[in-house]
Amino acid sequence: MAIIGGTETTGRKVRWALLDVVVVVYALVPVLWIVSLSFKTTDTLTDGNFIPRKWTLDNYRTIFTTTEFVRALGNSIGIALISTAIAVVLGTMAAYAIARLDFPGKRALIGVSLLIAMFPQVSLVSPLFETERTLGLFNTWPGLILPYITFALPLSIYTLSAFFREIPWELEKAAKMDGATPGQAFRRVIAPLAAPGVFTTAILVFIFCWNDFVFAISLTSTSASRTVPAALSFFTGSSQFEDPAGSISAAAVVITVPIIVFVLFFQRRIVAGLTSGAVKG
Amino acid sequence: MADIVLDKVSKRYPDGALAVSDVDIEIADGEFIILVGPSGCGKSTTLNMIAGLEDITAGELRIGGARMNERAPKDRDIAMVFQSYALYPHMTVRENMAFPLRLAKVDNATVERKVNEAAKILDLTQHLDRKPANLSGGQRQRVAMGRAIVRNPKAFLMDEPLSNLDAKLRVQMRTSVSRLQKQLGTTTVYVTHDQTEAMTLGDRVVVMRGGVVQQIGAPQYLYDHPANLFVAGFIGSPAMNFVPATVEEGRLRCALGDLTLPDATRRRLEAADAPREVIMGVRPEHFEDAALLDEAARSRGALFSGQVDVLESMGSDKYAYFTLAAERASTAELEELAADAGTADVPSAGSQLITRISAASAAREGEKLQVWFDVANAQVFDPASGRNLTFSGD
Repeated sequence: MAIIGGTETTGRKVRWALLDVVVVVYALVPVLWIVSLSFKTTDTLTDGNFIPRKWTLDNYRTIFTTTEFVRALGNSIGIALISTAIAVVLGTMAAYAIARLDFPGKRALIGVSLLIAMFPQVSLVSPLFETERTLGLFNTWPGLILPYITFALPLSIYTLSAFFREIPWELEKAAKMDGATPGQAFRRVIAPLAAPGVFTTAILVFIFCWNDFVFAISLTSTSASRTVPAALSFFTGSSQFEDPAGSISAAAVVITVPIIVFVLFFQRRIVAGLTSGAVKG
Repeated sequence: MADIVLDKVSKRYPDGALAVSDVDIEIADGEFIILVGPSGCGKSTTLNMIAGLEDITAGELRIGGARMNERAPKDRDIAMVFQSYALYPHMTVRENMAFPLRLAKVDNATVERKVNEAAKILDLTQHLDRKPANLSGGQRQRVAMGRAIVRNPKAFLMDEPLSNLDAKLRVQMRTSVSRLQKQLGTTTVYVTHDQTEAMTLGDRVVVMRGGVVQQIGAPQYLYDHPANLFVAGFIGSPAMNFVPATVEEGRLRCALGDLTLPDATRRRLEAADAPREVIMGVRPEHFEDAALLDEAARSRGALFSGQVDVLESMGSDKYAYFTLAAERASTAELEELAADAGTADVPSAGSQLITRISAASAAREGEKLQVWFDVANAQVFDPASGRNLTFSGD
C-alpha cells in the first residue's frame, strides 16, 4: 500500500513513534496510576512513587472479603448483561425495520430516539426515583435495567441501523428466490452479516451500563442491587481514620477487567468488510 | 420447466404511479425471452412480479398453468440472477450454490453431486472453496448463474446479469449464457436495457416503454418491421435516422431529397390514411457509397449528396456523418430515446444523418460524398401516434 504524502524514511518513523508514545502515555498514565495505587500498602499510598516501594495484595484480599463488593460485582455483571441482551435484541429488530421498511411515523421514531439519547440523565433522576418508589421498583434489578435499556436503545438502534443499511437488500431478495422464508432469510443471510454490528453495539451498550454511576447511586439503597460504581463510593477503610484509596483502586482495577475481557472476546468477531464481495460496486 | 403467461398484468404503486400496464406475454416452455427498454420502462418491475418480489395489482400470472399471483417467491420454483449477483459473502462458492438445495432439504450426497455438476458446467470447480470477495467479476457472475441452475427450476429470471461486466467479458458471457440456456432448455426471462443483448440472445424480444409493451417478436422481425417509432429507434445500432418529411402525390419530400415511393409503400400509406407531415426513418446500414455501385443498382434507389462531417472507420465498414439542413424530427418517443441514450443535450445530435458504408469507400472527412439508399427500406411514421405507417408485418 502506498504511503500518502511521501516515502518511508527513518525520520518519518521516529516522528510517528514519538507521536504514538505521547498518545499512549497520555491515555494510560491514569490507568497505570490506579494499578500502582492498588498494589501499595496503606502507609505508602501518598508517597508519590509511581512504582510501589512495598508491594502488597492486601487491597485485593480486602475487597474480595467484603461482601459489599462481591455482591456489587454480581449485581453489576447481572444488570449489565441483561440490559445489554434486551437492548441489543430490541435494537436489532427496530434497526432492521428502520433500515428496510417504509412505515408511517418512521422519521418521528428516529427523531424521538435521538431526543432520548440527548436527554441529560441527571434531569431524570428525581422523576425516576419517585416513579420507581411508587411502583416498588426502587432498589431492585429491574429498577436499573429499565432505565439502562431506555438509554441504550437509541444507541443500539443507531449503530445497528447503520450496519443494516450496509447490507445489500438484494441479498434478502436472493434468499427469498432461493426458497427461504423471511425467517430463514434473516437467520441464515442477514443475521450472520449483521453480526459485527451486533457485537459492536453489544460492547458499547455493555460499557454504558457497566460504567453508569448516576442511576446506580440514585436508584439503589442497599447491596441488593447496588452496582460496583455506586458501591465504590461507599468504600471506607477498615477504620474511619484509614484512607480507603488502596481498596478503591483495587476495586477499580477489578471492574475494568470484565470490560477488557468483553471487548477482547467480541473484537475477534468484528471482522471488518465482511460484506465485501456480495455485490459489485 | 414450464410456460409463463402474463395475462393483463398491471402494477400500480401505492402513490398511484402506474409502473406496468396491461402486459400480455405468453412465454413458451423453454423459450428465451428478453424484456428490453430504457430505464423506467417497467421491465424490471415485470420481472419482479414474475419472481414474486413485487405484488401484482391486476391481472393474472400463470406458471405451468397454475395461478401464481398469491404465492410467495419460494413456492414458485423459479431462480433469479441479480444484476449485482447478490452472492452471500459469508459463504464459500460451494455453500452459495448449495444454499437453495439446503433450504429445500435435499440430502447431502445429492447436494454435493448437483453443486459439482453445476460447477463443472460453469468452470468453477477450482474455485468452490473460495469466498465471493476473492473472485473476479466474471467468476462472481458465474457463481450467481450456478446458484440458479443447481435446482433445475421451472424458469430462470435474469435481471441485467451482464451489465456489471466490462465490455469484452460481457460479449464472452453473452455467448455462454446463450449456450447454457440452449443446453438446459429452461424457460428464461431476461431483462436488459442493451439492445445488442436483446438482439443476440433472445428467441423473442419484448420492447417496453412507460410500462406498456410496444411490440413482441423475434429480434430480426423487430428490426425489419418495427411497429412504431420507439421500437424503430430502440432496436439497431447505430440508431435509425429520423427525418421529418411531407407526403405529396406519392412522393416523399424531405432533407434527403424528393423521393419516389415504391408502389407497395404508397399503397400502405394510403391504406393507413397517412397524414401529410410524417417522419421518415432509414437505418444507417441501408446506405452505401454511390461510387461503389453500378448504374443499374443506383437507379433502383435515391441519391443524397452532402459534406461528410465526421468519418469513422471501424475496419469492417465506415460510418459517415452528415448534417442535414432540416429541423430534427422531434416526438415524445424520440425525446425519450435520446434521453435514454444520453444524447438529448448533445447539440445538433438530432439533425445529423449517420450512414454505414463499405470499408472500400474513398470517402474523406470534409469532402463531398454521394450516398445511395433504397427507398423501399425506408419506414414512414405518424409523428402524432408514432405508429409505423408502412408496417408490413402482421
